[in-house]
Amino acid sequence: MSSSNDQVKQPPRDIVFKARDLAKVYDMGEVKVQALRAVDLELYSGELVVLLGPSGSGKSTLLNILGGLDTATSGRVSYHDKDLTRASDRELTEYRRYYVGFVFQFYNLIPSLTAFENVAAVTEISRDPMKPEDALAVVGLTDRMNHFPAQLSGGEQQRVAIARAVAKNPAVLLCDEPTGALDSKTGIVVLEALERANRELGTTTAVITHNADIADMADRVIHLSNGFITRVDTNERKKPARELHW
Amino acid sequence: MLNRKLRRDLWAMKGQALAIALVITSGIAVFVMSLSTLDSLRGTRASYYGDYHFAEAFASLKRAPESIRGRFEEIPGVDHAQTRVLAPANLEVEGFDDPITGRLVSIPDHGQPVLNQLYLRRGRLIEAGRDDEVVVHESFANAHGLEPGHQVTAIVNGRRKELKIVGIALSPEYVFPIAPGSIIPDFQTFGILWMARTPLEAAFDMEEAFNDIAFALRPDAQLEEVLDRVDGIIERYGGLGAYGRKDQVSHRYLSEEFRQLEQMATIYPVIFLGVAAFLLNVVVTRLVRTEREQVATLKAFGYGNASIGLHYVKFVLAIVGFGVLGGVFSGTRFGQGMSAMYMDFYRFPYLDYILQPYVVVTAALASAAAALAGTIYAVRQAALQPPAEAMRPEPPAKYSVSIVERFGLRRWLAQPTRMIIRNIERQPVKSLLASLGIAMACAILMLGFFFSDMVMLMMRIQFGLVQRDDMTVTFVEPTSYRVLHELESLPGVVHGEAFRSVPVRLRSEHHDYRTVIQGVQQGGDLNRVLDVDLQPIEMPPAGILLTDFLGGLLKVKPGDTITVEVLEGRRPIREVAVAGLVQQFIGLSAYMDIDVLNRLMREGRAVSGAYLAADSLFEPAIYSALKEAPRVAAVSVREKVLRNFHETMAEQLLTFAFFITLFAGTIAFGVVYNSARITLSERSRELASLRVLGFTRGEISFILLGELAVLTFAAIPMGYLIGEVFCRYIATALQTDLFRFPFVIQPSTYAFAATIVLASSLISSLSVRRKLDALDLVAVLKTNE
Repeated sequence: MSSSNDQVKQPPRDIVFKARDLAKVYDMGEVKVQALRAVDLELYSGELVVLLGPSGSGKSTLLNILGGLDTATSGRVSYHDKDLTRASDRELTEYRRYYVGFVFQFYNLIPSLTAFENVAAVTEISRDPMKPEDALAVVGLTDRMNHFPAQLSGGEQQRVAIARAVAKNPAVLLCDEPTGALDSKTGIVVLEALERANRELGTTTAVITHNADIADMADRVIHLSNGFITRVDTNERKKPARELHW
Repeated sequence: MLNRKLRRDLWAMKGQALAIALVITSGIAVFVMSLSTLDSLRGTRASYYGDYHFAEAFASLKRAPESIRGRFEEIPGVDHAQTRVLAPANLEVEGFDDPITGRLVSIPDHGQPVLNQLYLRRGRLIEAGRDDEVVVHESFANAHGLEPGHQVTAIVNGRRKELKIVGIALSPEYVFPIAPGSIIPDFQTFGILWMARTPLEAAFDMEEAFNDIAFALRPDAQLEEVLDRVDGIIERYGGLGAYGRKDQVSHRYLSEEFRQLEQMATIYPVIFLGVAAFLLNVVVTRLVRTEREQVATLKAFGYGNASIGLHYVKFVLAIVGFGVLGGVFSGTRFGQGMSAMYMDFYRFPYLDYILQPYVVVTAALASAAAALAGTIYAVRQAALQPPAEAMRPEPPAKYSVSIVERFGLRRWLAQPTRMIIRNIERQPVKSLLASLGIAMACAILMLGFFFSDMVMLMMRIQFGLVQRDDMTVTFVEPTSYRVLHELESLPGVVHGEAFRSVPVRLRSEHHDYRTVIQGVQQGGDLNRVLDVDLQPIEMPPAGILLTDFLGGLLKVKPGDTITVEVLEGRRPIREVAVAGLVQQFIGLSAYMDIDVLNRLMREGRAVSGAYLAADSLFEPAIYSALKEAPRVAAVSVREKVLRNFHETMAEQLLTFAFFITLFAGTIAFGVVYNSARITLSERSRELASLRVLGFTRGEISFILLGELAVLTFAAIPMGYLIGEVFCRYIATALQTDLFRFPFVIQPSTYAFAATIVLASSLISSLSVRRKLDALDLVAVLKTNE
């Protein structure tokens, strides 16, 4: 966990991300696609947020901008004091390297590395990482550590991806449709792993999905549609992932 | 619709498509250049020989009365016999001090001869009744800037004669004008002059007589029989042996040169086209494989396998088409350039540049076939999968811990290094082919440069170890040994060694070869004979030494006996034991101790000439003394021979080597660049994932370029091995009667090949690195949402 979070335990919690008037326009030659329009947003330390919306609602764009994979066309977004809208490519790379953990729909594991090595690839370049075996223990894959991706099921691959994302002790965990390529049973196992990482490690977690059922496990649910934030719900009671079904 | 996709895909991949097209262009350019040059030279020679009635048989003799001419035409098979007078002469051209030897050739007092007609470039033929007019061979005229109206002085039989040039001409008899006993034409110091028969007879004491005869034969003539009958007639007139066209000096040299060119024009193109085809196949297979998802998408739209296959076939053929066009175009241009260069060397009056359709068709078909084989294989593989499966990102490929790591190195290796090793090891065949492609490029790079290595080594051996004299003097006819003392007494001459050369036909069973036996002085140092290990050897007290290549032609080994038929004087026929084989790179001589040779000839201590070691300060004085000496036929100076070799032979060979190197370099770059680009497209998803995870550009470049570096470094030694096989094959194939090359590849050639490959890798890497920097991180993660 990054040290800046340590002293803050109770609300009003530390603001991790703050976006103001954020907009993104994709220039596709003659057509311009407005993916985000005037988005204002805060994410708080340690919370689990679900960004919910249909395809094309702008949720992936928002996540990519938060994760330093993309830059906004206008508006501002900052991570703690760091202004991501003005960061150079080198600064964004460093930001991703030390502060952000990513989980993708298609896992994006390195096929030539074992589960352990996929995690180690990231811990080798981090500042204060967990041991790869500890990260794999969090997602319950200690006994599959030496398997290559081709020897793992989809759910197991996604759990390796989660272990890889949390192993660097990131300040924020960003998950883009983490269960999108999985059946519901496997998907729930993956969500349990995310839930556990969020709870035990206190990592701020944002999950993108178009699956409304998953929203029940979040602290807050941010609804997106057509590039706008339409509503923000706070769950009074978070449902444990194992109680979800769809 | 698909055609539009085709155009756009081509445009999107223009860099890679261009690199592939360049590989084909280079392969085909070498093919077209070499074969069209060869076809052109052959075609030109054939039409020239036909149009200007080049004789089919020849005979030289000492002197025979013109009255016997009719007897030759009675020989069955002889269509026409043309007697003539050939006179050796020393020439003087104003402003040129070096010794010039010349040959005066008689033509009818008026008009063209029936055989060996002249092609008049400028001026006119000799007018009837003019005894001081000459027509000069173009090579000599050009070398001295002589034009009709200029003067030249000839010393014939010790008498000076002022001659007026009236015409500049060429002859099929002297396409390759070369002085007797020389190996390299020197246009400045050897000249052919045509003079009217009557004045030449008078100048050379040959009234109503001749000393040379040329024959046209009927189509049904038996050459050997005709030659025997001619020999029978001329024997009592000092006949030197009749011979067919194949032994005529100019023709023979030309044939040998053509044969060498033919070898080059077949081996090089085959290797180049073969390598280009192989590379094309490898590259295209990998390229189409990266299109896997597109194939699936097209199938999902309902396109059939056949039309998808056709789409990629068109795609590849479009690239090949560009390559072929470029290759034929540049090959034709370079071919014309090469032919023009040969035209400077061979004296043809005109050049028919011929590009035969089979050359273009073969080149195009070979390239297309290689490309199509790769395309069809790859498309089939892509089309076999159900579309839905292929549209998803590929399932993680199966990997295992590499052998290198199992040896205990694993814990020392960081994850990126493990990725490199495992990627290479997972698909050993693909890695091997990729590496082999680069190795091939390395190998063909050696082909151009090794050639000059061989030429240079041959020169060093020939002019460093063998010919060590400063001047070689040749006499008109065998002369008393005493002449050596006269030569040695000339001021500036340090030392002299006599030699005797005797024209012979060597026979062993049904193998025979026309050459000369060089009689060499015991203990001589100015012109040494080397054994097969290049060590100078002493002349054996008995028997004959043969050049090893000649031993091979005659199928004899030391200890065997061969038949020596002497072709001059009393023409004795003797059995002689082969005392050993020697190494010689130029010509195919046999060697004997000069005294042993003279005993075989039943002659006293006769010499044909002498090698002189001389003080360079005195050289001009020595020439002028020798020039006036009646018995001296030729004086050649080592310095000039060396320089001349550089200017003619070496230039010709090195020009070819330069073209080869140019094309090999292009191929090398094309291959390496494509390997890098394809590896990039295969790995881009993985590398983008790592970038997202926080790896820097440098770190992911290490993974990609590290793989390329390993493949490149593995390719270089492999390329050396393949290159050596190619070079050795070429060195063997280029062995001819005229030249043989000592096989050698200098370290600089290896270094050069590796440098070009590494430089290509570096440039390709930089370009790939730029693409890596521009990697779209979001796009690779999304894939088919």
